Amino acid sequence: MSEFEVELKNINKSFGDFKASRDINFGIKKGRLVGLLGPSGSGKTTILRMIAGLENPDSGDIFIGGERVNDVVAGKRGIGFVFQSYALFRHMTVFDNVAFGLTLLNKDKEFINKKVNELLELVGLAKFSHRYPAELSGGQRQRVAFARALAPEPKLLLLDEPFAAIDAKVRKELRQWLKTTINELGITSIFVTHDQDEAIEVADDIIITNKGRIEQVGTPADIYREPNTSFVAEFIGDSIRLDDISKFKGFDINEDNTSTEGIGGIIRPEFLEIAADESEASMPLGSEEGKVIATYFRGNNIQVDLEVKGEILHGWRSLEKKPLKRGDKALVFIHRIYSFKNNHTTILENRGKLKDSVII
Amino acid sequence: MKKDKLVRISLIFLAVSFIFIMLVLPLLLVAKEALAKGFAVYANSLTEGIAVKAMILTLEATVAAVLFNTIFGVASAWLLTKYDFKGKTFLASIIDLPFAISPVVAGLFFIMLFGRMSPLYPFLQAEHIKIVFAIPGIILATIFVTLPFITRELVPVMEAQGRDEEEAAASMGADGFTIFRKITLPNIKWALLYGVTLCTARAMGEFGAVSVVSGHIRGKTNTLPLHIEILYNEYNFTAAFAVASVLVIFAIIILIVRNYIEWRSKKKISAV
Ligand SMILES: Nc1ncnc2c1ncn2[C@@H]1O[C@H](COP(=O)(O)OP(=O)(O)OP(=O)(O)O)[C@@H](O)[C@H]1O
Ligand SMILES: [Mg+2]
Repeated sequence: MSEFEVELKNINKSFGDFKASRDINFGIKKGRLVGLLGPSGSGKTTILRMIAGLENPDSGDIFIGGERVNDVVAGKRGIGFVFQSYALFRHMTVFDNVAFGLTLLNKDKEFINKKVNELLELVGLAKFSHRYPAELSGGQRQRVAFARALAPEPKLLLLDEPFAAIDAKVRKELRQWLKTTINELGITSIFVTHDQDEAIEVADDIIITNKGRIEQVGTPADIYREPNTSFVAEFIGDSIRLDDISKFKGFDINEDNTSTEGIGGIIRPEFLEIAADESEASMPLGSEEGKVIATYFRGNNIQVDLEVKGEILHGWRSLEKKPLKRGDKALVFIHRIYSFKNNHTTILENRGKLKDSVII
Repeated sequence: MKKDKLVRISLIFLAVSFIFIMLVLPLLLVAKEALAKGFAVYANSLTEGIAVKAMILTLEATVAAVLFNTIFGVASAWLLTKYDFKGKTFLASIIDLPFAISPVVAGLFFIMLFGRMSPLYPFLQAEHIKIVFAIPGIILATIFVTLPFITRELVPVMEAQGRDEEEAAASMGADGFTIFRKITLPNIKWALLYGVTLCTARAMGEFGAVSVVSGHIRGKTNTLPLHIEILYNEYNFTAAFAVASVLVIFAIIILIVRNYIEWRSKKKISAV
């Protein structure tokens, strides 16, 4: 038996000339809640539909629970699927929607009644069992779709952009609710999203897709701290792209002492320390001089856009510090940069930090 | 404001008088002519053998066309909306063809295909299969001219509904037939019934194509519309109008059913 509940091996899929999946490989352990994250059109839905059996891969193998399921029809794979559009049966009541999968299994009436009521209780819709989908709000429909997918007790739950059609506030609540509910049930789940905040907040593991490929698999923290590829570095978090990192103090050489000239990279706002003057700066010697272009009040901090050596960077500044305004000079210390070499990222720490610490 | 009202009233007046002259008046005249020689004559022209035969034949052709086109319509709409394949748009326009070509041409087409000039004719002759100038030809012609009605009603509805619900059912383990019966059919029910009424109305009234393939054998291959024409050409006006009134009554029934269906499905939609 494989250690994975779901495993995809060398999966390829084309629609006509268009390659929607290229050599997809990943494994998901039992009980994990996994986010499939990537830009629109990157092939997330395609992967999900192939796992569900709604689409067939051109080559490669799909395993669920250790069994190869390529030739098993969708209905026999033991999966529950929550569609992006919910796909509730519009002519059936909420109760009948949730009961549908159970009637197919020829369960007796008493069992179905009990199970459906339990599930409706779980999703907080017990009062609505006699309503039609058209008579529910978006969030309520989403929960019906969730209950309906869970009813036949699938081994694996697949959710395609489960929150996409729900407004921002309800979405936040639903995310948390879904995460706790799935964790309590302990069912292996994969959900698709193109919202990185959502993936980071909800998922135990994230799989990042781009142009039909998998870029990286890892926990949200891993992916955030150590992006493997330039795409991931740029896609996750708030990123500022640089074409040549060698012009900044402390980043002139790589770890192996070779020059960084011509090497690109990514800076994140949280890598910057912006000081109004030398007395405020923790590392004045290693800092670059910059000119403030704009400032934005962000509630709990202020975003400062600066021009440094011809590049526009942005960072955050505490509200308690001396306010900066457009045209002011400022000192910017860059703590680290993700540098790119052959589409692989390395974290470069500012060498000035090492030197300064030696001096102190 | 006042001007608005004036425009509205004159438009309503125009529409109503037009409807009266073009529709109501002729219908009243049909009724008047049909009953001109009293109810006994009216009843007699309807119960007389040839008229009854024509009525039965019309019903047969209509039922056959509706049955065939219901199956064909559902299958083709299913194919056109739930699958992707090459030549899909071409198939869709082929299905619409009977709308585009004149029914008389369609009739001639069947004569060419199954009549004396056809290469199939010797074979049909040998097997004693009679198609043109016989009931099968009339049924075929009726099916042909009413072919697009149901597909046309279903395609937009099924297109709008997408494949999601069917896929959801499939992912829960429903087989094709269960999906059709429990998901697809209830969703297209009203559109299908609407298409059926349109198809029925057209099938009963069909004249051109049927006229060409029927051969006008009295009491054998005459449908109601053909029978009316013959009576009329024989200056037997009372009988012609009496038989015509039967078609009118059918048409009114269909109209009522149609409106009921429209009202029901609208109610369903406004609930959504
Ligand atoms: N049935 C299909 N026929 C043709 N092309 C398709 C089909 N399904 C998907 N594609 C193409 O494959 C690519 C990947 O599609 P997919 O739906 O998997 O993207 P996605 O990552 O889910 O995007 P989104 O976030 O917009 O939903 C897209 O470019 C899409 O146009
Ligand atoms: Mg998608």
